[in-house]
Amino acid sequence: MAKYLFIQTRDPYESRQVDQDYELAAGLAGAGNEVTMFLVQNGVLPTRRGAQAPGLQQLIHTGVQVLCDEFSLRERGIATNALPVGVQATALDVVVDQLAEGRKAIWL
Amino acid sequence: MSSKPTLTFSIMDGPFEQARITTVMRLIDIAARRGYNINVFAYEGAVYLPFAKQAKHANAVHGHDVDQEDHPLSKDWIAALMKTAQANGGKLDWVNCGLCVDERGAQDSIEGCRRGSPADLWNSASASTNTLVVGTR
Repeated sequence: MAKYLFIQTRDPYESRQVDQDYELAAGLAGAGNEVTMFLVQNGVLPTRRGAQAPGLQQLIHTGVQVLCDEFSLRERGIATNALPVGVQATALDVVVDQLAEGRKAIWL
Repeated sequence: MSSKPTLTFSIMDGPFEQARITTVMRLIDIAARRGYNINVFAYEGAVYLPFAKQAKHANAVHGHDVDQEDHPLSKDWIAALMKTAQANGGKLDWVNCGLCVDERGAQDSIEGCRRGSPADLWNSASASTNTLVVGTR
């Protein structure tokens, strides 16, 4: 089993590629790998209350760990206590933790 | 390889344009505070990040003079990150792609940066715990 770190900087309203990124992460998790999707910069936008983001909703239910950068949320006025179930706000330190453990990392 | 992690970052965005650079600087800051060894390979527009002739400016729209505006400069961030890494027992080795520097006339970098080639990226990645490639779009 491999471990993957996806650093998602874009939102699905900016690029159709983002939904494909979610699908790739879900596919890796479905194949038994440990996968983290870390949302940062505009990547956090689909977590705001009322956002239409079916791709992210599907991702949450595939066993992928979905994390959000607290700073990016604050910049965009997104409350951490109103995130979708299955999405957790956290510090950027998690990315450094996972890089330091040698995860396969991809910047999206 | 020592037990202390070594991280390599490859970046290609110039200053004052993209949130990507801010995020990468935040990552480097975290690693520097932990005393990790850090390699940065800057190519294309990123060679202007440590450009020594960057200058703060006033902002008439804000009604601010130079001091009030306190415009952030990436060269100062990099210098501060180098100091942070060193203070915590680590090192930030910043390599600017030489060809990219020549193309842009960006030879005048702050102290502590050095000129290199993609071979430096290969060597750094080969000797690192992990490498993060931050591409532009």
